[in-house]
Amino acid sequence: MLRNNSVIGWLLAAPLSLVLVVFLVLPIVMIVVVSFWGATEWSIYPAFQFDNYEFLLTSDVTYRVFLNTFKYALITWVFTLLIGFTVAYYLAFHIRSLTWQIALFLLCTIPFLTSNIIRMISWIPFLGRNGIANSTLISMGVIDEPLEWLLFSDFSVILAFVHLYTLFMVVPIFNTMMRIDKSLIEAAADAGASGWQTLRHVIIPLTKPGIMIGTIFVVALVMGDFITVRFMSGSQSANVGRMIQNDIGLLQYPSASATAVILLFTVLLLIGTLLRFVDIRKEL
Amino acid sequence: MEPRPRSFYALTAFFIGFVIFLYGPTVTIGILSFQGPEGGLTFPMRGVSLHWFRDLFEQQAVGDIWGSFSRSLTLGLMVMITTVVVSVMGGLAFRKRFAGSSVVFYLIITSLVIPSILISLGVGLIWSQSGLPVHWSSSGFGAQLTWTLPFGLLIMFAVFNRFDQSYEEAARDLGASPWQVVRHVVLPIIAPSLIGVALFGFTLSYDEFARTLLTAGSYNTLPLEIFGMTTNVTTPVLFALGTLTTVFSLLVIGVFLAVAWIMNRSRARRGSDAGQGLI
Repeated sequence: MLRNNSVIGWLLAAPLSLVLVVFLVLPIVMIVVVSFWGATEWSIYPAFQFDNYEFLLTSDVTYRVFLNTFKYALITWVFTLLIGFTVAYYLAFHIRSLTWQIALFLLCTIPFLTSNIIRMISWIPFLGRNGIANSTLISMGVIDEPLEWLLFSDFSVILAFVHLYTLFMVVPIFNTMMRIDKSLIEAAADAGASGWQTLRHVIIPLTKPGIMIGTIFVVALVMGDFITVRFMSGSQSANVGRMIQNDIGLLQYPSASATAVILLFTVLLLIGTLLRFVDIRKEL
Repeated sequence: MEPRPRSFYALTAFFIGFVIFLYGPTVTIGILSFQGPEGGLTFPMRGVSLHWFRDLFEQQAVGDIWGSFSRSLTLGLMVMITTVVVSVMGGLAFRKRFAGSSVVFYLIITSLVIPSILISLGVGLIWSQSGLPVHWSSSGFGAQLTWTLPFGLLIMFAVFNRFDQSYEEAARDLGASPWQVVRHVVLPIIAPSLIGVALFGFTLSYDEFARTLLTAGSYNTLPLEIFGMTTNVTTPVLFALGTLTTVFSLLVIGVFLAVAWIMNRSRARRGSDAGQGLI
């Protein structure tokens, strides 16, 4: 019976495995192989050389760009966590009817299902030199000159990240909070805990798995991004994804692949570490 | 009911602020897309008109947006159907704890967290090195599946974690074959969640950019077309297009939610015959 089960399991998992092998495993293998190849100005040729890695690892630019990528990830993580936790906490513990909880939760989820690019574009009228933010601040007399750093700066990049990805914190944290047994909170209150103490000693520890899953999403999305940084910084800032995309634009596929390998290694190491703190399958 | 604590009002204000933060920019470009013909990319509005929407329907003004829209639509439906079928099969497979299931599980997680540009680059390289032409319906299709399938499977895991196995046991005790159990018991029970999987499959594909970038070939999907426009179009026609696709996405979401709601209701009605006087 067990053997039979395993065969059926395999058959059911076959289409999934096929997609993952052809479009995930093979591309990674291909990137690793090509990262050792050589390139001329217009073509690439098979080789086995470490030039691409040597160039990357001895270049100052690489370290600066990686540092910048970590900076984006860290700042975005802090903001998405604070906002996401507060929103999830509000929905889970302050909204009393399930219908309202579902309705407000959907309200938060819907933007995730619309186009990221449009959502980035829609910041232009707000942040531009003559945009809503500047004209409001000027008419209120807070500033005399329009602020130049609102659009096409690190500020706008992080604002867009927070705008796009806070949802990935809200959903898993809300999911974990909804499973907290409400009698634990009553018990804390009966034992004389204040609201803050309940939050600090009961809710936050029990919400950790959700926070971990949200962190995994946000870190992975920000580390691997290239389009938000390109669009919101007006090509003035760089992260690793932009570096890869630049090389691709110049047809330097081997060099792009080497950077991609290092990026993948970094991301998997980070996520692997985070996964040690949470059992995803149990939390779903 | 207990009176609301003071923190409730502070948090309500915070939540309203968050919703404005989420929707404000989109609503703004919705308004600005009705700019008069003289208007620019920001306020003030110089008259109200449908000028920029009309522009969209004139072929020469912008690129091939209607072609790219129909490609995105077709691709979205292809990805949606594949995602639902493969996720359900995968979800059922993982209940059997087959050998190697943990490898497949970690591949799913990798597929989710891998920087999208790696999929784009890797798939693009495989196709170009084997001399195949990249096309949205082959390489683009597969590349998008690496993004939609993990979401589909995570939903399926969540569904099966909550699945009451006694229904299946009851069916088996009544002599149902394994296929009959799946067909007449499991699938009807998980059907509303499949609406969710389908919604994710379609919308994630319809809006996908990074994984399609190097895998779509010379015929752009809509997000690629829109991104191309951002570099050379500086009129509100961009906002008009953004408004139209967002409205389309919202309609799709609305339809899926309505279907899920109707399914749940009709099930609630048919599910129990208590009080119907049947013996």
